[in-house]
Amino acid sequence: MIRGFAITWAHRDQMLDGLINTVWLSLSAAALAFALGCALAAALMSRARPMAISARYLVDTMRCVPFLLFAYLVYYGLPSFGIRFTSWMAGLVALTLYNAAYMAELLRAAWTALPRELIEAGHAFGFAGFSLFRRIVLPPVILAAIPMIGNQLIQIIKDSAFLTIITVPELTHQASSIQATYFVPFAAFVTAVLLYWGLCMVVEAAVAGVGRMAEARR
Amino acid sequence: MNDVVAGRGAEPVVLELRSVSKSFGTLQVLSDISLQVARGETLCIVGPSGSGKSTLLRCINWLEKPDSGAVFLNGRRVGMNPGGHVAMSEKELGQIRTRIGMVFQHFALWPHLTVLQNVMEAPLHVQKRLRAEVRETAEALLHKVGLADKRDVFPAQLSGGQKQRVGIARALAVRPDLLLFDEPTSALDPELVGEVIVVMRELARDGMTMVIVTHEMGFARDAATRMVFIDRGQIVETGSPAQFFTAPATDRARQFLQRYAIANATTMEAVAS
Repeated sequence: MIRGFAITWAHRDQMLDGLINTVWLSLSAAALAFALGCALAAALMSRARPMAISARYLVDTMRCVPFLLFAYLVYYGLPSFGIRFTSWMAGLVALTLYNAAYMAELLRAAWTALPRELIEAGHAFGFAGFSLFRRIVLPPVILAAIPMIGNQLIQIIKDSAFLTIITVPELTHQASSIQATYFVPFAAFVTAVLLYWGLCMVVEAAVAGVGRMAEARR
Repeated sequence: MNDVVAGRGAEPVVLELRSVSKSFGTLQVLSDISLQVARGETLCIVGPSGSGKSTLLRCINWLEKPDSGAVFLNGRRVGMNPGGHVAMSEKELGQIRTRIGMVFQHFALWPHLTVLQNVMEAPLHVQKRLRAEVRETAEALLHKVGLADKRDVFPAQLSGGQKQRVGIARALAVRPDLLLFDEPTSALDPELVGEVIVVMRELARDGMTMVIVTHEMGFARDAATRMVFIDRGQIVETGSPAQFFTAPATDRARQFLQRYAIANATTMEAVAS
């Protein structure tokens, strides 16, 4: 047992590399998924029926595909159509697209719960189209959705662990490779779990901080 | 026909409604409403709840689209392009709506913006006026409504009366040709009604053109230049406040005023104190 942790500690560079990859992947995917989710939420709420219906199909389909399978499809499936990514990029694309659907759905929920009068006031004062969305609708929607966005961020971090199967050198992948070489499964995986836990704690704290800021603006 | 012509022939007509009708499903909310408002008028619309007052107000800036009839602001058709067959785009409609300020029953301030930002938002981003000028205007307006010290506070931290005064400042900031008030004091605690009424009185005195849906009979009695009484989606009676409140011409108006007599007395006290 002690030996296991000693070996894991000896390979701390490798674990750290994995952690950095996990953080990078998760944060970039979260930012991209959020941006894409905003656009998708707008499409879901659109009064143009074809737009709303296509967005609805897209979001529902994405939410019904197991993430593992989706990651396989992006990495191993897309090359048949001539689209080839490095494993890291494939991981980012899969994480982003998959979570954009969830982001869209939670933003839509916050949007639906927004007092109608706020948006009406936007109309009454002459806001229309993109400026109405960008200046009047989106900010309060995001403020209301912050706790749920934080939840999704944690989901993204955990989903990123699946990317080991498409050989992305993230935290789970590194832990797995250390345990496979030296056969120290307990130590390597517990270390990884603790690092994930720490990461999620940091996210929780950040979301709570932003949430307090949002509280005044609700 | 409910043709109501403005009393002051000398002033130009700011707002005109021609035979506006509106139904929600099978319920006829407005039928054949015609109305003119001249510059500088304070028109108070009163009537029982559910009579169509708010819908009428909302038809003016096309928040509700009338089923038939036409609305003109300064002679320009609202909501429809010339000819009356093609609906305006949201953008075109926005350019007309920005000439109209609106004050909402539940304030409808934008919660993510500070008081000052709320007031500056439409002038900056719809009217594209210069920031320095807009800021100066907004600060002057907040001063006018007595909230200069609250400029950097978010709406959630204000009382109802303060929120509504910000709502009025926001509506004035677009330099409107017309101000619409949709029951501006109905959502307020009785002791907060007075502070909003004071601001509205001042606007009436300044000659702002206003259409006000209200239950504040005390205010209507001495600030309105003309009263419109609506019941069941129709204009039943119109006239000067003096005539309307002392000698209403119709039974329906008389009954309505009687029901208000007690509430009215209490409000007068609240405003006076």
